[in-house]
Amino acid sequence: MNAAPQFEPAAADTVLAARNIVKSYGGTHALKGVNFDIRRGEVTTLFGENGAGKSTLMKILSGVETPTSGSIELDGHPVAFSSTVDARNRGISIIHQELSLAPNLSVRDNIFMGRELHGRTGIDFAEEARQTRMLMADLEEDIDPMTLVQDLRLGQQQIVEIARALSVDSRILIMDEPTSALSATEVEVLFRVIRDLTARGVSIVYISHHLEEALQITDHAVVLRDGTITATAKAKNIDLEWIVRNMVGENFDLGSPPTGYAFGEVALSIEDVSIADSSGSDRLVVDRLSLDVRAGEIVCIYGLMGAGRTELLECVAGRLPVTGGRVLLEGDDISRLSIAERISRGLVLVPEDRQRDGLVQTMSVGTNLSLASIGSFVTGMFLSRSRERSLIEGSIRDVRVKTAGGGAPIGSLSGGNQQKVVIGKMLTTNPKVMLLDEPSRGIDVGAKAEVFRLLAERAARGLAVVFSTSEVAECLGIAHRIIVMRRGRISAVFGADVTKEQIMAASGEAVVASS
Amino acid sequence: MTDASQNRSRSGPKTSSGGFSLAKLLLEGRAFLALIVIIVVFSMLSPYYFSLGNFLTMASHVAIFGILAVGMLLVILNGGIDLSVGSTLGLSGVIAGFLMQGVQLQTLGVVLFPPVWVVVVLVCMLGALVGLVNGVLIAWLKVPAFVATLGMLYVVRGAALLMTNGLTYNDLGGKPELGNTGFDWLGFNRLFGVPIGVLVMAVIAIIGSIILNRTAFGRWLYASGGNERAAELSGVPVKKVQVAVYMLSGICASVAGLILSSELTSAGPTAGNSYELTAIAAVVIGGAALTGGRGNIRGTLVGAFVIGFLSDGLVIIGVSAYWQTVFTGAVIVLAVLLNAIQYRRRVRLPSPTDGPSTSPQQGGKARTADPAHEKIAG
Repeated sequence: MNAAPQFEPAAADTVLAARNIVKSYGGTHALKGVNFDIRRGEVTTLFGENGAGKSTLMKILSGVETPTSGSIELDGHPVAFSSTVDARNRGISIIHQELSLAPNLSVRDNIFMGRELHGRTGIDFAEEARQTRMLMADLEEDIDPMTLVQDLRLGQQQIVEIARALSVDSRILIMDEPTSALSATEVEVLFRVIRDLTARGVSIVYISHHLEEALQITDHAVVLRDGTITATAKAKNIDLEWIVRNMVGENFDLGSPPTGYAFGEVALSIEDVSIADSSGSDRLVVDRLSLDVRAGEIVCIYGLMGAGRTELLECVAGRLPVTGGRVLLEGDDISRLSIAERISRGLVLVPEDRQRDGLVQTMSVGTNLSLASIGSFVTGMFLSRSRERSLIEGSIRDVRVKTAGGGAPIGSLSGGNQQKVVIGKMLTTNPKVMLLDEPSRGIDVGAKAEVFRLLAERAARGLAVVFSTSEVAECLGIAHRIIVMRRGRISAVFGADVTKEQIMAASGEAVVASS
Repeated sequence: MTDASQNRSRSGPKTSSGGFSLAKLLLEGRAFLALIVIIVVFSMLSPYYFSLGNFLTMASHVAIFGILAVGMLLVILNGGIDLSVGSTLGLSGVIAGFLMQGVQLQTLGVVLFPPVWVVVVLVCMLGALVGLVNGVLIAWLKVPAFVATLGMLYVVRGAALLMTNGLTYNDLGGKPELGNTGFDWLGFNRLFGVPIGVLVMAVIAIIGSIILNRTAFGRWLYASGGNERAAELSGVPVKKVQVAVYMLSGICASVAGLILSSELTSAGPTAGNSYELTAIAAVVIGGAALTGGRGNIRGTLVGAFVIGFLSDGLVIIGVSAYWQTVFTGAVIVLAVLLNAIQYRRRVRLPSPTDGPSTSPQQGGKARTADPAHEKIAG
């Protein structure tokens, strides 16, 4: 493989060139002299772990932040962006990793927020709606322009975010994790749109944790590690292993199912569980589903967006009521118990959205870690600080959270470490069954591997683990058994020796979704 | 209270072990600084201001608001608001007055004169009941806190007016032969020279502080105020916490009502009108976030003293009541404005200099800038 990293000089087709960009926050250097080129009509993908500096670089290129030193040349002329509006006026727009939509407004109003189209009598709503419909048709998404964003699935919200960026005619479009909530079909559509755009001469900068996916669409690969560019190459010359090697500096895989022990008794038993759609339609999001999980077993639930994975896990954990059927923990019916009672009996959930459901942002790392097990360090009426401290310190060591200490603000941690805090919080309750909804969402490969290693260790000690994912590669890591969900039902069950193709076929990804 | 300040996670990076830095001191000290400025300025303007006697008098005025504000803080930490405390205060006084006059039981043909301690207990139960109604409306029936407590503001005030027909109970002294004397003790007596009201406020503040920092309930309160969904998934009984918080606020309002009517030796149905707003202002000046999860008792008390010492000072130097209102309002806005300005600066202006934080500003910046980069980058 001739993939030796080489720095090519700024060619004539370079639209934007960043030279020697340095960005420091206090004493921390996020970027240490980065050279980055964007080529006309091509897709350049930036690979790197969390904290490598990808988002910082994109924020500088899109005018959100100004570099500490270094220069940016647009079409060969030096420029300095004073704001995002300035950058947008020069043809650079960005789709942020975190959605920046107003949930209380309609899709149409979100897409034209801040640059409403004016007619003779105020805003030209009809024209806005027409353009919105065209954008949605382009993205093959059946969303009415008047739907409120809060009524959309996360994936659809991301589509709206993308549509908003597309609605501005940009020369450079930066996409920071645009597919994190999209189903495989939606990703396909997005890729088609990207190809259309590049054919029209638009340059794309793409950032994704889905390496394989990014490799499909990109023309150039640039790898960033610790604020420095470690490798660049044409996409046709490289493979997945090259990227991962340059990102983490070592070979790596997501592990294999833990072996060498026998599974225990059935720990969790889901019997004919049905869950009604929360939006009030009489559709069942989970339809008479049954599943047994034994102590020590790791079960992976794979499925597309809307397959009912999240609803199933939230229902088992007690957040959603069952419409039919029952849930048994070690033989006892727990369907009517509260979340707190289920936790004390040993059933815990690590939710999908750690910012919204997992962490209390106003509290420290330590108090977040101890939140679910306060009962274990209460003496009489009062909290025992020494026992809490030892619990927190033990937990930080146990799940290997990289933090300045238990008193550090939770916001000071990287995404992967925040996720470890959420998992650690639940592990301190000594659970028998742990449910994890997309535990790898938005965390880097290194942290992902650590999380899975942790789960494998715990399973070997008798924890029953059920985790959901929308990345096929993750099913093939530590899971003993892979359940594929499709429209609220189990469509297939595989052992650890399954292939990616089999899983994807069972989930319905091979065929175009009809609904 | 180091625990509380850690909970609020406002402290700089060097303060994780409960020590303190200049940044934290300035941030928490702002309200305290304002209090010192108020004392210095009024001491210069009036010879009567700076004296122990005057401070104790002012403190007993502060006590009413301080007690209300401690209850309000609990509600605000939970992410709610309690607009009904002023009315609860008024109704509590009226009920106390009513009980002191004797309760006629017509079927038995007797008049009961409950002793003062029974009156106190019954009135506190009334406050808890109002809080219970608020809490159930908000936690279980999902009425927004603002609306539920606004409704109760009217209902409770109306009840007080109905009970008295708009009149005032003037005779709260009780009679020795009936064994119900001593109500004036709350408002008039002093222990070691300190008015009872001030002592009651101190006791309530200490209890509140212990609840917030040393009990599971306090931790639940901070957690469910910071992120209710996360707290619930961690097994925190968020609904019970919510109801309890409003009940505690109601009890605080009742205690304040007892002290006020004892001080005034009368119980009028309009007592405590708009006091809820003063209590909210004290909490806000004390640095608590109206979005919940952040704040502590110490700040809230300082906030109550800022408001009390300012308005009494204005009275002493003879500023008209209308101007007092204007000044008080301006101080509230200024306090919140300063919070906003400081917070914004810490986020927006990362300093390029290296090394450990040498100034509070820089320490704060480094902390806020880093997570932004670490979390979003990549």
